[in-house]
Amino acid sequence: MDDLIKEFLVESNENLDRLDSELVKLESDPSSQELLSSIFRTIHTIKGSCGFLGFAKLEKVAHAGESLLSRLRDGKISLTPEITTGLLAMVDAIRTMLGAIQSTEQDGEEVYPDLIETLKRLQLTPEEAGAKPQSPPAASEGPKKGSPESAKGGKNGGKTPEKSPAETASSSRSDSAATPPRDPAEDNAAAAHGHEETRASGAPSETIRVEVHLLDRLMNLVGELVLTRNQITQYSARQNDANLATPTQQLNLLTSELQEEVMKTRMQPISNIFDKFPRVVRDVGMSLGKQVQIEMEGKETELDKSLLEAVKDPLTHIVRNSVDHGIEMPEQRIAADKRPEGHLKLRACHEGGQVLVEISDDGAGIDVVRVRNKAVERGLITAQQGAHMTEREILNMIFLPGFSTAEKVTNISGRGVGMDVVKTNIDRINGSVELQSRAGKGTTVKIKIPLTLAIVRAVIVQSNGRRFAIPQVSIQELVRLDGDNVQSEIEQVHGVPVYRIRGRLLPLVYLSKELKLKKNVAVGNQQDDAANIVVLQADDHLFGLVVDEINDSEEIVVKPLSNQLKGTKVFAGATIMGDGKVALILDVVGLAQSASILTESREYALADKSDELLETESQDQSEKETFLLFSGPDDGRMALPLSLLARLEEFPASMVEKSGNEWVVQYRGKILPLIRLDIVLEERRTRLRHKVKNVEPDPLQVLVCHDAGRTLGIIVERILDIVEDRALIKSPATREGVQHAVVINDRITELLDVPAIQRIAEENRSLSHEHAEVID
Amino acid sequence: MAQPNQFCTFYLDKLMFGVDLLKVQEVIRYLELTEIPLAPRVVSGLMNLRGQIVTGIDLRRRLEMEDRPEGTFPMNVVIRSGGGAVSLLVDEIGDVIEVEEDSFEPPPETLQGKVREVILGVHKLDKKLLHVLDTDKACETSERSETALVEG
Repeated sequence: MDDLIKEFLVESNENLDRLDSELVKLESDPSSQELLSSIFRTIHTIKGSCGFLGFAKLEKVAHAGESLLSRLRDGKISLTPEITTGLLAMVDAIRTMLGAIQSTEQDGEEVYPDLIETLKRLQLTPEEAGAKPQSPPAASEGPKKGSPESAKGGKNGGKTPEKSPAETASSSRSDSAATPPRDPAEDNAAAAHGHEETRASGAPSETIRVEVHLLDRLMNLVGELVLTRNQITQYSARQNDANLATPTQQLNLLTSELQEEVMKTRMQPISNIFDKFPRVVRDVGMSLGKQVQIEMEGKETELDKSLLEAVKDPLTHIVRNSVDHGIEMPEQRIAADKRPEGHLKLRACHEGGQVLVEISDDGAGIDVVRVRNKAVERGLITAQQGAHMTEREILNMIFLPGFSTAEKVTNISGRGVGMDVVKTNIDRINGSVELQSRAGKGTTVKIKIPLTLAIVRAVIVQSNGRRFAIPQVSIQELVRLDGDNVQSEIEQVHGVPVYRIRGRLLPLVYLSKELKLKKNVAVGNQQDDAANIVVLQADDHLFGLVVDEINDSEEIVVKPLSNQLKGTKVFAGATIMGDGKVALILDVVGLAQSASILTESREYALADKSDELLETESQDQSEKETFLLFSGPDDGRMALPLSLLARLEEFPASMVEKSGNEWVVQYRGKILPLIRLDIVLEERRTRLRHKVKNVEPDPLQVLVCHDAGRTLGIIVERILDIVEDRALIKSPATREGVQHAVVINDRITELLDVPAIQRIAEENRSLSHEHAEVID
Repeated sequence: MAQPNQFCTFYLDKLMFGVDLLKVQEVIRYLELTEIPLAPRVVSGLMNLRGQIVTGIDLRRRLEMEDRPEGTFPMNVVIRSGGGAVSLLVDEIGDVIEVEEDSFEPPPETLQGKVREVILGVHKLDKKLLHVLDTDKACETSERSETALVEG
């Protein structure tokens, strides 16, 4: 039997068991929205699953039940015993059908017209139902065959023989304590019915199901073992006893191996979930007449088993949603100048110590205005609130319970369960969901899952005598500067430390400053001797973290921080080191945010600026550039893309030499021509500036640029800052040597045109000659 | 809810405190703490309790008392709480004692401030007063309760 179906059966049977008790509970507490939502979700899941597995009859029954539940949830009708009985009857019918699926892979012959009819009738409010003949009491609306048991609340209806195979399946799954105790009568019934072939059908498998709980326990025990091992190792080292040393070493190896294996037991690749999606996408697409292409990346990303389970449903929801709501019909797509088949991309990777799962479609995107209107209409926010909300806030309202923008409720989605389930499930495992959408371009859902219990390779660093672990995935490279070089290699851009790495400036963050670590007296003051830079990547930004020492890299088990520390964004968790001490794991993204490498607003810039971007569509929206800001002549604000810049140098004025009629300095064994902007650039002010200042700034600030194979230095007045900006708003240049004027950080800034400057400089040689003489 | 009548007691600066015995996982001697930079002041660090990472809450700070004199090491009263185990750092461990329900009295009106939410009341014992702590509140850091307010 298909794995998919097997899992569906196991899962649905579990869900049904829960439903029974929840429905009964609901009867005694009809106002509980929580119970109602939970029941609704369960039925929704079952219905959804059978939809794509092709069990149409089962789906019909579940759909009828779901509609009834949705009326209940919206408060259109209130719960009556009749309704409860009807719902329980539906549960029984589903159970019977699951039994049929177990033995025949078909959802049986029965179509339950009566049950569906009853469920439909129950949906009506008393007024609506008024005209229709009042229904007989609960007892007579027996599900299916009107079995007498069902009248007693339907709970025992499942005891019909058809149910037994399903039961067999779930009990053979494991004898775990998690499975609710079963009525022995049922098992007898199963045996009596003699579906022996289903029992036997399970081929001798190479895997067994083990409770996650047991694995947790194993893991903790191994942790203790490791600590004991360490103590013995230390003791043995002191004893100098060969008889002890050999077994100790053996113990050492065995423990490490055991630890590794136990950890592995809990890890599973995300492909376990991903591999199911092509079919989901195909089936959903087919039923809607849409063509969807699915692309997957990072399937091998490993996740802790329990987390994998936890994200399975949310991911399925999102994928179905994307196909159903996101991707348009082929005709609409063609009209919108897109390829007829939609594109859905799933991507999983480790990022910043978390697992990031991205689901992006190239569909219609989410209409912010519609979401807002809908929210107002539903009374979730007032119109006034709506007007003040940012796009991102509005988009995130999609995660509220009962929210759906779909025009009509389709079979697949649109009831507004999906996204709130997604959020609830992800929140439960301390993850986060983020939505980015651009009307007409598509929607991306980013799910970040913490590495709770996951094992990561991490580099251990030290600062002020404290150890921290940095997930290796975020580390780009390690740079060590020896004592003598620290002063010269770490430069300052207006007081901000930077380090040049292959021609680019890397902003530096000192871990001890960022974490406000107190100086540890015992370690002494050796920080200045050498600097270790850990080059980290947070989202798309690189930065260097300066630490005192870089130790080994090792595999660590990430443990979550307790609630008291949830506010501490710079740590992703904690881990226990080999010596039994606790070390904190740095959250690279959090650290970057706290050090202002990343700002929240920048992160969401994509969503916030979408309108602006649509207008300037020709511009590649993702292209943010990093600029060096400096003040040019007359204190004008000027900028140069950092990519053109090779280095920043300071030269004492005494080093400047005149070679022919050019200004030059000796630089790295070569001659570097210097260009003075006040000469090259056309006079801006109406009033003449001083021909040449008598007192030259000393030292000279020089931007070393490479252009067309030549290196040249541009003398500037002052270096201001390094900023990242899209520099979208442009206006044509007003003078030669300037590419155009742009707005950077809300101020008008002239963007230098290096080739033009070089050209002008060459033309102006005779002019500069004049000035050079004055300098002499 | 019935008042607990068995308490695990401990001392902070000569004052006797007690927490519901059923909430206590264990009592252990001092364990080395790993400080957490930028964490709330009340959180003194993380400790390794046989492979489990436990957050240590400095009860003196939580109760706005003076810091423990330097060179003295606190004991741990490990509490089972919703978000994993939390250890309350105390000066000294006392006995497990049983109390009569009618010896309880709520805190006097004059007890004000943040401390009031942590101290449920006192049991009048023979020669001293047993301060009964709300373990859940005691495990909360002030930052946490602020965010809870915002969310709520």
